[in-house]
Amino acid sequence: MSAVAARRMTDKSLIVVPYRRVSISALATNGVLILLGSFFVLPLLWMLFASVDSNPDWAVKLPSLTLANFADVLDRPDAITSFRSSLILAGTTTVLTTVLALLAAYPLSRMHIPFRRSFMLAILFASGLPVSMLVVPVYQMYVYFGWLDSLYTTALFLAASSLPFAIWLMKNFIDAVPLELEHAAAIDGASTLRILRQVVLPLTVPGIAVTAIYTFINAWGAFIIPFVLTYSPENQPGPVEIYNFMGSHGLFKFGDLAVFSLLFSIPVIVLYLVMSRYFSGAFNFGGAVK
Amino acid sequence: MLGPALALLGVLFVFPVLYACYLGFTNLALVGSRSRDYSFTGLENVGRMLGDYVFIKSSWLTILFVVGSAIVGQTVLGMALAILLRQAHFSIRAIVGSVVIVAWVLPEITVALIWYAFSQAGGTLSILLGHTDTNFLVVAPMLMVSLANLWRNVAFSMLVFSAGLRNLPTEVLEAAEVEGASVWRRYRLVIIPLLKPTIVTNLLLVTILNLSEFTLIYAMTQGGPGIETMTLPLYVYQEAFVFDQLGYGTAISLVLVLIGAVFSVLFVRASRTQV
Repeated sequence: MSAVAARRMTDKSLIVVPYRRVSISALATNGVLILLGSFFVLPLLWMLFASVDSNPDWAVKLPSLTLANFADVLDRPDAITSFRSSLILAGTTTVLTTVLALLAAYPLSRMHIPFRRSFMLAILFASGLPVSMLVVPVYQMYVYFGWLDSLYTTALFLAASSLPFAIWLMKNFIDAVPLELEHAAAIDGASTLRILRQVVLPLTVPGIAVTAIYTFINAWGAFIIPFVLTYSPENQPGPVEIYNFMGSHGLFKFGDLAVFSLLFSIPVIVLYLVMSRYFSGAFNFGGAVK
Repeated sequence: MLGPALALLGVLFVFPVLYACYLGFTNLALVGSRSRDYSFTGLENVGRMLGDYVFIKSSWLTILFVVGSAIVGQTVLGMALAILLRQAHFSIRAIVGSVVIVAWVLPEITVALIWYAFSQAGGTLSILLGHTDTNFLVVAPMLMVSLANLWRNVAFSMLVFSAGLRNLPTEVLEAAEVEGASVWRRYRLVIIPLLKPTIVTNLLLVTILNLSEFTLIYAMTQGGPGIETMTLPLYVYQEAFVFDQLGYGTAISLVLVLIGAVFSVLFVRASRTQV
């Protein structure tokens, strides 16, 4: 039986029987995926193996197991400081962005505001602007205000640059909360603030969680903004620290570098897993551009 | 309630955007006399760009990066992954799907580090290809940063296309199947045309997201060797903060915005004219 005939057979059998037998095309599909999968796994394996290897180099190889690299990194005060800086930076950015986005998204979703449509389009356009464009004027402003080299003022700009997308995301979540519930609460005499707190807020928790986690993941990985706006060693967040380590060959061992970037990556992977519980459906973009 | 958000956006977003549009036409410098007494110089920066070999090369590299790594690479591989994963064995689907997504969620600096390791002399790639003394960031720098970027960002297109495929009308697909169309014909004549809005949206988002890529390239190569990977975002940084030419650097960032606008208009127009 030729390959084509075999595939026709299995394709036809799909209609009558609910399962598919092993066919050449199924083997090919899975084979190609395994190849593609290894393209994604190989670079990752280096980080995992080197982190527990007593004598790592640039190549992926089976490690001679040790936990010394972890002990090394946890002993380095600069590594601990950069974790603290990242937490302050990403935490402040997230709280600020989420609160402001929620406050802005509610009226945009519910009230009659003049030019609302144009405003939402402007918001969408703004979230597509490159940070490279803002970095020079913001640097100039920070020099003028005397705001350079502070994690909190840096977080302020990170919040401003995350806000357009956060508002857009949050508005879509609030749009999905049925209006009838609010009408019912209003008829029962609840004030706007009370409706927001006791009706809308509980129903928007998944939206708030997604917005907050998304903002945190971005702020945790932000590089160029803290790179330009901060300079003291104690204010360098993780990404800038890793970049500095990469440039200082010999001063930082392969294994330690792998451990540090592994530890730095774990929080965002965990947060992504939490977020993906709420996230299904967020990628239904089809037809969004008309 | 809109107030606080508008205030923050006004001061640290809208104002900087307008300020950038002005600074791009000045000779502002980071240090020296031009850092205080800068002036409006009209189109002088534009003229300087046209005669700037690095700028021309940098624009070309940016377009190469966006077209190669994002428009072609991520769209094609993302769609291929979405299609293949639908038909794969469930265990392979779970494992490959998760690994691709992990690559996307990792902080960019981590991706830069592991791809830096991957492409070094003595790194995994050099061993696989049997050239252990070749540093691929020296031999093929643009290809390596494009691959690293494809590796990191393809999950986005994969998720967009998976959602697009899930939302296709099942009646049409079943009809094509009952009529006996081969898998290839079903994709070419039915599924891909139906996915067109998704493809356009994906192209638009992927272009805008990748055009301003800085961290990954900068951490892997700093734009080098020489200027071989100096895309526009890196050149903006170099002109502004290494060579202290804040005005000229800002002017270059405006060109970056312009390139993004041109691509967006092209995609939206293409989605309207063809059927």
